[in-house]
Amino acid sequence: MTNIKTGLLAATAVLLAAPAFAEWAPERPLEFIVASGAGGGTDNFARTIQAAITRGDVIEQPIVVLNKGGGSGAEAFLYAKQNAENPHKLIFGTNNVYLLPHVAKLAYEAKDLQPVAALALDEFLIWVKADSPYQTAMDMIEAAKAAPGTIVFGGSQSKDTDETLVALIEQTTGAEFKYVPFNGGGEVGVQLAGGHVAANVNNPNENLGQWQAGAIRPLCVFAPQRMAESAPIQGEMGWHDIPTCKEQGLDIESYQMPRTVWLPAGTPPEVLAYYEAALQKVSESQEWQDYLTKTSQSAAFLTGDALASFIAKSEGDTVKVFEAEGWSAK
Amino acid sequence: MGNFDLLMTGFGIAITPMHLMLMVCGVLMGLVVGVLPGLGAPNGVSLLIPLTFTLDPTSAIILLSSMYWGALFGGSTTSILFNIPGEPSSVATTFDGYPMAQSGQSTRALTLAFMSAGIGALMGVIVITLLAGWASNFALRFGAPEYFAVYFLAFAAFIGMGSASPAKTMVSLTVGLLLASVGMDTVTGEIRLTYGFSELLGGISFLVVVIGLFGIGELLATVQEGLRFRGVASRIHLRDVFRTIAELPRYWATTLRSGLIGIWMGITPGGPTAASFMSYGIARQASRKGAAFGTGRPEGIVAPETADHSAGTCAMLPMLALGVPSSATAAVMMGGLMIWGLTPGPMLFATKPDFVWGLIASMYISNIVGVILVLATVPLFAAMLRIPFAIIGPMIVAICFVGAYTVGSSTFDLWLVLLFGLVGYLFNKLDYPLAPLVLAMVLGHKAENAFHQSMLLSDGSLGIFFANPLVSSIMVVGLALLIVPKLLQLGARLRRPATVE
Repeated sequence: MTNIKTGLLAATAVLLAAPAFAEWAPERPLEFIVASGAGGGTDNFARTIQAAITRGDVIEQPIVVLNKGGGSGAEAFLYAKQNAENPHKLIFGTNNVYLLPHVAKLAYEAKDLQPVAALALDEFLIWVKADSPYQTAMDMIEAAKAAPGTIVFGGSQSKDTDETLVALIEQTTGAEFKYVPFNGGGEVGVQLAGGHVAANVNNPNENLGQWQAGAIRPLCVFAPQRMAESAPIQGEMGWHDIPTCKEQGLDIESYQMPRTVWLPAGTPPEVLAYYEAALQKVSESQEWQDYLTKTSQSAAFLTGDALASFIAKSEGDTVKVFEAEGWSAK
Repeated sequence: MGNFDLLMTGFGIAITPMHLMLMVCGVLMGLVVGVLPGLGAPNGVSLLIPLTFTLDPTSAIILLSSMYWGALFGGSTTSILFNIPGEPSSVATTFDGYPMAQSGQSTRALTLAFMSAGIGALMGVIVITLLAGWASNFALRFGAPEYFAVYFLAFAAFIGMGSASPAKTMVSLTVGLLLASVGMDTVTGEIRLTYGFSELLGGISFLVVVIGLFGIGELLATVQEGLRFRGVASRIHLRDVFRTIAELPRYWATTLRSGLIGIWMGITPGGPTAASFMSYGIARQASRKGAAFGTGRPEGIVAPETADHSAGTCAMLPMLALGVPSSATAAVMMGGLMIWGLTPGPMLFATKPDFVWGLIASMYISNIVGVILVLATVPLFAAMLRIPFAIIGPMIVAICFVGAYTVGSSTFDLWLVLLFGLVGYLFNKLDYPLAPLVLAMVLGHKAENAFHQSMLLSDGSLGIFFANPLVSSIMVVGLALLIVPKLLQLGARLRRPATVE
């Protein structure tokens, strides 16, 4: 361990000594650290990028993907902190990187990681069972106001994006729901199709199969405008035909989850520039376009200041919800 | 017979030189990762996924699933030979497989395991073929209370007739439950029992514990007994393989029962590990020679192996039809499906019949290929017990540590292996049973989550576990399995003093 550290220090020293604008390129195999278990949404995100990089020869060095999904992804972010200044490790997550430290006492802070890029935005929808009495989001909210705490929302984890969104709906409308965390979006999708919960707020990809089969249907999407045009999925309806929640009178402008890539803090700027350029190439590749279409995510490529202000806004808005719910760990 | 025609089309897709070659490669690679403890099927399959991007989805899933079958076969090998389970689901195989190998019958033990595994897998595939549509509807009926009832049943079946003293069983079970609760809790999001070690955030890996308890623990005991394996004098003849196969029909009842348990646990996500434990427990209760279990009974090998494989194959069904993986490996394959652009769900059977039925047909073929390949390796593996302990002992230590490291690439796990090696040795010497600890580690967290979710749904009323016919009947069977054997024992104990006096 000490040898490696010394080696790293030496390598960093050499890098710093080099001319300020020198091109940087990885000298060793890269590690992709995934903040979810194998098969999860973040895992697919990282492996698609790995495939696009390998096929497009974007990066010469081989890539190893490691899953560190413990503690809702905290394991991966702690690993980044332990490997500060290491330019050969990229961390893949969502908004959990900067939100987790607010709700759980963890030994890392968001500033232990350096944001590189956000490559996609995953949408959130309200889904109900096909034979549910609710036709719009407002139907459901009125019903919840009439009988507080009886309508059950299933979600993928505790105090995660799903529970935050349900809490946001409650705070916005004054309705009261019951939230039950399960284990991942797929499981919640099946719980809804089986009628064990009344609704969920899954991402499009997590519920696509059950919607195709007509077991469940979407009420509305939490986005400023409707989703992209697509082939019909169930009956006549495609993604573009789903109204936004705002259209239905639910006053939440947008709620989206970014798919993000991070470096350990403390790497030199040319490293950041190198990965920004590489990910830019990935976002323009055919593999990436296919991935976005297949998983029904919205395209977005954010780096630098745009990314920083996105994160600041997303973090600020969510922390307000946390505080109102009394979830803040501090 | 629409399914039959579709299956024939499937065979047409699966039987091509390319696909047959993929099956053989997959099974062989699976054997290797299965034999090495720690590497395991989920890791093996995720390593292969990037390679499948250039294949079409049907070829890719055939390769990955063949690897899974191979790993399931391979996992039993080290369980039987060295008491080190290569896969979590082959822990229950160690209970009787290892004693049998120690008594010089390693060929018989391996053959029994592989053959019943093959039979279990075929039973699973037949059920998938016949009941593809119905079975996924059945799985939809399982909510949180039903899940808890299933886990309760698994505990009850296994604990009900433990041969060790009840107090020691309780201690072992409690230790297992405590270990299972380390890390972040799904329902509350709280971090529990990590004592500031960030390595413990993800919980204690079950595989690491098992490698320590069984592998290192057993090795320490062997060292104390005089630095040699007792199975040294085992005879190795291909004839033994055939003689064992001929003996199989005698265990038809165990095979059938275990196969059904496996199918059920595969379809309603309980997983192969739960299935193998449950099936072992029930076989012990059903057998007239139940007390002899753990000393090398053939039923003790047949039961967990059959259930393990039928559950493993059936786990593909909820993965394809519902998008819910009931084993870790199925979860990785599902990730693959999404990358290949296929959406798991009820419509997959309608929209991609070539893919689904090609896979199902390949499951028949690759399992048969698998059985033939592993049977051919029996003499080779059995011969490993003849290697002097001075050579094989250090190799096992190395394999245990390398295996534990591969699980999560964390050096912290190596310390855990050492620690649990000592725990395993002490448990062994003091006659504490290890099985309840292992079972509690596998199912403890899942059972806790399901219970917690049920309580949230019912606002704290236990009545939810008897709210509909499905959940109440599972609970009643579980309670019966837990209580009836104890009552019988108690009855026998009350009667015995009367006859003596």
